[in-house]
Amino acid sequence: MKLSIWTYEGPPHVGAMRVATAMEKLHFVLHAPQGDTYADLLFTMIERGNKRPPVTYTTFQARDLGADTADLFKKACKEAVERFMPEALLVGASCTAELIQDDPGGLADALNLEIPVIPLELPSYQRKENFGTDETFYQIVKALACPQEKTEKFSVNILGPTALGFRHRDDVRELKTILDDLNIDLNIVAPLGAAPSSIKSLTKAHANVMLYPESSELACRWLKENFGMSYTEHTPIGINSTKDFIEELNQIRGVRDSFSDNSRLNFDWWSKSVDSNYFTGKRVFIFGDATHVATASRIAKEEMAFSIVGIGCYNREYARKIRSLAKDLSVEALISDDYLEVEKRIADLQPELILGSQMERHIGKRLGIPCAVISAPFHVQDHPARFSPQVGWEGANVIFDTWVHPLVMGLEEHLLGMFREDFEFNDTAGPSHLSNSKSKLSEEKETIVDNEIIWAPEATKELKKIPFFVRGKAKRNTEKFAFENGHSAITKDLLYEAKAHYAR
Amino acid sequence: MNEHSNIEKLGGCSEIPVLKERGQREVFCGLTGIIWLHRKIQDAFFLVVGSRTCAHLLQSAAGVMIFAEPRFGTAILEEKDLAGMADAHEELDREVANLLERRPDIKQLFLVGSCPSEVIKLDLSNAAERLSKIYFPKVKVLNFSGSGIETTFTQGEDACLASLVPTLKETDEENLILVGSLPDIVEDQLVELIKELGIKEIAVLPGRDRGTMPSISKKSKFILVQPFLTDTTEALEKRGASRISAPFPFGEEGTTLWLRSIKESYGISDDKFEIVTSAPRKRAKLALEKLRTSLQSKTVFFFPDSQLEIPLARFLSRECGMKLIEVGSPYINRSIVDKDLELIEDMPVISEGQDVDLQLDRCRESSPDITVCGLGLANPLEAEGLTTKWAIELVFTPIHGYEQAQDLAELFVRPLKRKEALFI
Repeated sequence: MKLSIWTYEGPPHVGAMRVATAMEKLHFVLHAPQGDTYADLLFTMIERGNKRPPVTYTTFQARDLGADTADLFKKACKEAVERFMPEALLVGASCTAELIQDDPGGLADALNLEIPVIPLELPSYQRKENFGTDETFYQIVKALACPQEKTEKFSVNILGPTALGFRHRDDVRELKTILDDLNIDLNIVAPLGAAPSSIKSLTKAHANVMLYPESSELACRWLKENFGMSYTEHTPIGINSTKDFIEELNQIRGVRDSFSDNSRLNFDWWSKSVDSNYFTGKRVFIFGDATHVATASRIAKEEMAFSIVGIGCYNREYARKIRSLAKDLSVEALISDDYLEVEKRIADLQPELILGSQMERHIGKRLGIPCAVISAPFHVQDHPARFSPQVGWEGANVIFDTWVHPLVMGLEEHLLGMFREDFEFNDTAGPSHLSNSKSKLSEEKETIVDNEIIWAPEATKELKKIPFFVRGKAKRNTEKFAFENGHSAITKDLLYEAKAHYAR
Repeated sequence: MNEHSNIEKLGGCSEIPVLKERGQREVFCGLTGIIWLHRKIQDAFFLVVGSRTCAHLLQSAAGVMIFAEPRFGTAILEEKDLAGMADAHEELDREVANLLERRPDIKQLFLVGSCPSEVIKLDLSNAAERLSKIYFPKVKVLNFSGSGIETTFTQGEDACLASLVPTLKETDEENLILVGSLPDIVEDQLVELIKELGIKEIAVLPGRDRGTMPSISKKSKFILVQPFLTDTTEALEKRGASRISAPFPFGEEGTTLWLRSIKESYGISDDKFEIVTSAPRKRAKLALEKLRTSLQSKTVFFFPDSQLEIPLARFLSRECGMKLIEVGSPYINRSIVDKDLELIEDMPVISEGQDVDLQLDRCRESSPDITVCGLGLANPLEAEGLTTKWAIELVFTPIHGYEQAQDLAELFVRPLKRKEALFI
């Protein structure tokens, strides 16, 4: 048992829903009690979906338990097939139905439906949403893919985009443009927009683009093992990762060099231009799903010249990848789905910018640290109307804008630092272009009288002059220094002695 | 359209037929009530003992994550908890210990049962008793079930309040208890009006903290402010309190009839009643008059959501001139909503329970001017060209009483106005 306040991932059946909702002509019968339909609103509200997710919930009640929940399930299957006429049927159980062990797969089989039935095993008490997407898509591919003649020209599938994925819709559009530039044919995009009948044709392509490992790695590996289809492992998010991705594609198809028109890429020049000087060494903390964290880390380090103070991911499946990346960056990896643990790490590290999910944005608000969203889970406001991919050249441009937006701009930052005591233009006022972002740090984090160590008024005043994003750290370091050196009061001098002591 | 075999007469002498349906329900489970209960009762923490789904529901249902750390959380059951029961109780004790250590401000802890905890028969009343022994008097530990196999949406609040009733202090004083959680401002308004009528001892269930929970006696009277409080009503009656039945205080008429039931029960004079209510009645009437033109003769279709549907349908038809097509409610307790039901003329289809696909068919066929439905259905129906009102807003917005009559009508006017105003 583990106490959770907010969660990064839903249960695995929500992952299955993300796949089902992304697809066409597929229906999912979920053995579930009343209330589990809440998941519909994730799609209709966060993504503003204009269709109900293709999911039928059996809605069993306490009085059905032990009596006829199995019949209820069979009835729901039959009615769903008659009403929605899908090409294939997914069947599975939510957490409660898993406990009553009705075997949805077996029950659906017994109905002798004329369409393929794909049973899902979604262990709700062990696994989570991302596992659900990966496993569901894999089961669909395994059930439906069959040998096909290859297309004449080199072609690929784009595998991984789902419903409720962070910018998946736009990533696919950008990637299509890039493939077009490279003169590579696109066979199928799946799950997003694919019907079961198109899954059958996956094997016409020569290779797969594994766009998001979280939702397509199992399927890509299976297609490689069974149909010899190579797949790309570089996720094309960021300038260098996009270049590597193109290189990888070239290798797969045996082409030495091919042209991708990156004339629309502005990120590189924007980052070199003098105004970007103030990004140098900005301390960032990066947290989210592993794929977005890994690509964001590379962008932060190589393409923005930020200084990375910590990285982490919430999906344990990719813990190894993030740990090894952290090692390369000489930072500690945080592998956790405990929001409070992430908050604590951020509070300890006091970064100047957080790159994270919706959860980190909340943490950032509480701590007064700006945050840009790079990963699911995301809020309705991070599902914009405009074209805003993360992938490819345009994705790089979007990322530059998004990350820079919450920061205080160059000269403004200096001015804030120079006249710290100005009553209306100071570092707790927040960036001038963001009217409602006000740093909460000064009020929340400064309890000046600690249990044992007392801050002299002049030292307190001096502490307030230290930029807000390092103030917490300065305070803690000074107290630690005072404690270790047997001081019970902190004076202005001691503050600067501590600073010198901890100088890097 | 209707499956006639499903139409049953509501019990008793009424002639009103009810369409009862069983099928897929697009309704929240009782856990969802925690979203407002944890703000209403300020020293309480709601610890759901459930699955990742429960935790995900709680953070998704409100559509927002609350900025401050919420006073609810989920103790997520894991594989090892399902293996042996002794473990689950030990694990729960540990989580509670951690929680109470981290949140010393918590004075009331609700252990909330969920579908998985019910199915594995994790005995939370036993756990609450055990934990009470450890933490009482500093913390009162109670339990109720918000599971979807037993409760829909607002029944979670009912179960919570019912769990509080046995713990209310016994006195021999007379008092009037308002039952059901309301936004603070509305609660204050209603209490003020009743005080002006001359009733001194007024209490509210739930109180805003442990110290303000009502006391109860055989002489206590109570009146519901929310229609979904079946179990709470029963629990209060069991303790000897008597219920004043009334239509619910929505709109000018509803609020007046609700107050009048109190007046009659206490034998307060007509003059006094007139003096107290005439000014706010006039205001509410005037405000509604302005909005009535937008709603007059418009048709409305209610999907089941919060059990507020019947009283709201009464308000919309009688005070706003709307035409009711179907009024769906997840559960209908006749003894509680009768007074509202009796006032509805041109009886629409009253439906209880749900088979969402069949109900959607009926809705599309009747193409109402406004469809009141949950968030899962609203955008898909809008995309089909229907105008919708999110039902959940009716639970999260101050809508009771005279001063909110206008706001309540406006909730229905806004989607219509928007449709008119948009030119795209």
